[in-house]
Amino acid sequence: MERTTTRQPTPATPRPTDAGQDEARASVAADAKARLITEDISVHYGSTLGVCDVSLTFRDKTVTALIGPSGCGKTTFLRSLNRMHDLTRGVKVSGKAVLDGTDIYASGVDPVTIRRRIGMVFQKPTPFPTMSIYDNVVAGLKLVGIRNRALLDEVAERSLRQAALWDEVKDRLKAPAAGISGGQQQRLSIARALAVEADVLLMDEPTSSLDPQSTMRIEELIHQLKDDVTIIIVTHNMQQAARVSDYTAFFYEGNLIEVSDTNTMFTNPREKRTNDYITGRFG
Amino acid sequence: MAVITPAEPQRKRLAEVTPANLRRRYLRDRMMVGILVLATLAVLIPLLIIVWYVVSNGFQAVLEPTFWTSDLGSPARALRGTDTGLGHTILGTLVVDGIALLIAVPIGIGAGIMLSEYPDHPLNPSLRILNDTLNGMPAILKGLLAFALIVKPMGTFSGLSGGVALAFVMLPIVARATEGVLRIIPWSIREAGLALGLPRWRVVLNTVLPAAKVGVVTGVLIAFARAAGEAAPLLFTAFGNNFFSSTPLRYVFGPVDTLPARLYSLAISPYREWHAMGWGAGVVLLMFVIVTFVVSRIATRQRHQADM
Repeated sequence: MERTTTRQPTPATPRPTDAGQDEARASVAADAKARLITEDISVHYGSTLGVCDVSLTFRDKTVTALIGPSGCGKTTFLRSLNRMHDLTRGVKVSGKAVLDGTDIYASGVDPVTIRRRIGMVFQKPTPFPTMSIYDNVVAGLKLVGIRNRALLDEVAERSLRQAALWDEVKDRLKAPAAGISGGQQQRLSIARALAVEADVLLMDEPTSSLDPQSTMRIEELIHQLKDDVTIIIVTHNMQQAARVSDYTAFFYEGNLIEVSDTNTMFTNPREKRTNDYITGRFG
Repeated sequence: MAVITPAEPQRKRLAEVTPANLRRRYLRDRMMVGILVLATLAVLIPLLIIVWYVVSNGFQAVLEPTFWTSDLGSPARALRGTDTGLGHTILGTLVVDGIALLIAVPIGIGAGIMLSEYPDHPLNPSLRILNDTLNGMPAILKGLLAFALIVKPMGTFSGLSGGVALAFVMLPIVARATEGVLRIIPWSIREAGLALGLPRWRVVLNTVLPAAKVGVVTGVLIAFARAAGEAAPLLFTAFGNNFFSSTPLRYVFGPVDTLPARLYSLAISPYREWHAMGWGAGVVLLMFVIVTFVVSRIATRQRHQADM
């Protein structure tokens, strides 16, 4: 079975000057404190280098968009942020990803604990097919032994409200999750990630399989969620990146080319390649 | 980009649709459907012949109430027309098959999970080889194995040893079927579970396995049907018995009768009355398997539609 959902990356080209990247990092240094900092994260697929020495700082309660053409390594990088590569054979991650002072790749750090703090929403909605809507939302709690009914009810309602789904499903919480629409399923996946009280939410093209209406709802949701969580979103859609994010990082051929606040990125990019990409000259 | 110029208007289109070749295409389509129907019949007809043959020869025996309530006893009973039947055989079969299921289902599903979900585990390759070897091993050898493992140390033939022998028949089938269905469950379900911070075994047990439930049950049923019809592994394990056992425990720890083995011994006996009962045993065996299929299908009918 093919277990790798990420694309096979193209061989990396030499990274841009370190000076450029440091400068980029400096420009992100705004008011909020850093929640997650990566230091020289590289991802190898066998002998292929998929992501090369990416150092980024994600600030608390902000949205960072990762953009770039197909195969540029943005999804691969995203998946390295909650150790999703651990189970993919032949993938090796090096470098550091420091969450509130702890390197998630340090020895002795349990990936399960990390994933409870760094949740993930995938490209396609992934409700557990045999569970009800309610059971899906509280799955992350119920399956680790939390049985307190009142608490679960409370968490389910709060998470569904946060995910802007409560009003649509409150009368059929016991209905199978597979029976609701794709957009609702995606918001359910978000609610499920929120229910375990993740501090960071990784979103891998969360709207790419949704219609414009549902996409709009998810984008509104991202705006609201920013009050509570740090969001890192991979998107192919540059308008989306411009709409939802505070910071944007541009990836190309496995390298981080440029990162800055979204406004600067889209109005006055420093690198020519960034400019070429965002103006639609390639990608 | 090539521009189509009017200079080559004569160029024939590939696969042009004309009334004649359209008719040919429909004809070919109908021919293919016809072949498929024939193939289906080729499967169904022998099955129906078997069912009809067994039932028509055996129904009279099973209509006799004593067939269900009495034990067999000596041939004299059948010859004199006194109460005789296969009640003890039916009970024995339930016990032996039940023991086999109790052993084979949890271990088989466990092995299937190991094969599918932990491909990098160091034990995985040897498990695969062992499983395939066990699957290919003749059933009679599995009986011998159970004989050596259980009958010899216990010093007696027993329902338990019969159950163990049949469990050897079921195990590799359950394991392979479980592995097969787990593998077709999308990887995204596992990632979704892991991303929630659930440990690996939780993800498998509570999200992947439920999604594969129907397939796993099918695998267990196929294994059960295979094992329920086996006579060979029971010959020197369950051994056989002409009477009801004196206590329920003796069905487990003493020699017991089973339908396939009894069917054989009745069929090769020199008494016409026993031949008729042998056909009856065939009918019961058939019903046994069919009822099990129907009941487990109803029991596992998905309330939440697994729509992936």
